[in-house]
Amino acid sequence: MLTDSTSYFSHFPFSFSMSTVSPPEPQLREAAQDQPLYTPIKRRSFFMYAGATAGATALVLAGCSKSDSSTGTIDVGSGDAGILNYAYALEQLEAAFYAQVKTGDYYKALGPTSAERQIFDDLAAHEAIHRDFLKAALQANSITPLKDLTPDFGTIDFANRSSVLTAAQTFEDTGVAAYNGAGRFLQSNANLALAGKIVSVEARHAALIRDLRNYNSFVGGDVVNLFTQTAGSAPGTGSASLPTGSGNPGPGQERSKRPPVVLQAVNNFLAEGSKLSAGSFA
Amino acid sequence: MDFFQLLSDVEKADPEFLDRINPRRTVFKHLGNTGKKITAAAVPAVLSSFFTKAYGQTSPALPQAVIDVLNLALSLEYLEYYFYDTALGISGLINSADRLAIEIIRNDEAGHINTLRGVLTTSAIADPGVGAFDYSGGSGTGNGPLAAALLPGAANQAAFYGAAQSFSDTGMRAYKGGAPVLNTAATKDILEAALNIHSVEARHNSHFRTVRRGLNAGINGSGAATALAVSPFDVAPKSWISLSDNDGPPAPNGTKPARAVYGPGSPATGDPKAPETFYPAENNVTQAGVNLTAAPLTYSAAQVSEAFDEPLDPATVKSIARMFVKPSSGLFV
Repeated sequence: MLTDSTSYFSHFPFSFSMSTVSPPEPQLREAAQDQPLYTPIKRRSFFMYAGATAGATALVLAGCSKSDSSTGTIDVGSGDAGILNYAYALEQLEAAFYAQVKTGDYYKALGPTSAERQIFDDLAAHEAIHRDFLKAALQANSITPLKDLTPDFGTIDFANRSSVLTAAQTFEDTGVAAYNGAGRFLQSNANLALAGKIVSVEARHAALIRDLRNYNSFVGGDVVNLFTQTAGSAPGTGSASLPTGSGNPGPGQERSKRPPVVLQAVNNFLAEGSKLSAGSFA
Repeated sequence: MDFFQLLSDVEKADPEFLDRINPRRTVFKHLGNTGKKITAAAVPAVLSSFFTKAYGQTSPALPQAVIDVLNLALSLEYLEYYFYDTALGISGLINSADRLAIEIIRNDEAGHINTLRGVLTTSAIADPGVGAFDYSGGSGTGNGPLAAALLPGAANQAAFYGAAQSFSDTGMRAYKGGAPVLNTAATKDILEAALNIHSVEARHNSHFRTVRRGLNAGINGSGAATALAVSPFDVAPKSWISLSDNDGPPAPNGTKPARAVYGPGSPATGDPKAPETFYPAENNVTQAGVNLTAAPLTYSAAQVSEAFDEPLDPATVKSIARMFVKPSSGLFV
């Protein structure tokens, strides 16, 4: 029960006071390479550990190796450039997926005036536009775009409607959670504004794909922290479904995901040599 | 022991580690109730002093610009909440196949109100109550072009969903316009919460548009998802905004009360390198100075416009929203 509506944001005072003792984020990132003390532990993580002392104590015994566990992956980089390349990677994958949908037997069997054909034509165009735009924006800012990634859609049956829609939902829901979780890492408001223009279109896609699969699932408890308003009480009074593992988001909010969490899922759809990591955005 | 390196390594190896061991909220709940005991007893000394310092401080005031953005958002959430909540009580307006969706959306708005009030605390506006609003779009006359949107009977569904689409598109554009104000080092968590609300509004909007495609085809319920969008998309829209959706949903009297929802804000143009400072109409095809309809690209203007939603400035958002409140409400001034 949400008896105290302020409790979910009671950490804001901590955010402010933390800023007085931790270096600004850009310095954090740069220092991460050679100064272990400044390895970028997020505020969020930091407090988590405080509540997990027993676990942390046990883990001390596990050793303190500094070895890089991300061998064999391409790191998206750091700073705004890293987030833009991260977005570029996700859009590459989505665009490749819809391009392949359009060559598959499920799509090809759709009638010329079928709504699903109209929908997939639009989705394919939108994601290709996002991909091409991000590449152009990276180049315009003298940032080297990530290489062309090789997808691995081996788990998707492009002849099967259910398989295609399920995969589409995964990509779209993941995209929304990814943009929402990446926004905080952007220093430039210009880049934040651009990301905001794209993410709501991804959310529109996600909602429609979900409604196609299961009507009225445009928001679902798997992607949004659902809230139940108490009848007869002031708006905002009620109970929230805030499952373990949801992290930051509060009631009525999408469950944003940090880049490493997103990439763990995304890498399942990337071939060896194209798998990604985001070490600066943990 | 290099404690910081250790924590970093653990999290790198297992990004879910934190959530599995102890979700953040629980940690803060502990801190709120027995924080000093925990910090003193269980956390290494260096961290203990850290927590004591943090916990001992009172909450610093939010910057006024942040308060303004969040209160505008909160006002729009109330506008939406009371609209859907009222509709659910009107006889025959919401089809039984759509009732669940409207309840979900109403509840999401309540969750957003909960979130925003939690951030704003004493800086939040008072609950305006349903009486503050004039959903006819008549600025308090009760006699505006959308009066049918909250009248009994299935015949008024089109007006209801048209208005719902307009409200949630306005809300989305407002969040988009406000996001840069929230992008300060001290308010990153607030920014993320706003983004997480913004995308839920987009999901709602997509669904309203799907319902409207169904209504155009005489369908309520799941068949709406496979009903065709029909150009020029004001009556049977795509789930995304195509160009400017022919100025948005028509009112029963044939006027276009939502015209401004899809139009430009102020200023409408600006430095391409500063897209956070100007507010093009929804039919915009140039992003960050790149015209995405120009060669070598081969996309149509409609496709490009659909792929991006546009922000709106607070003054334009308020001018739209003022149609739907009584002047005595003091909202959106």
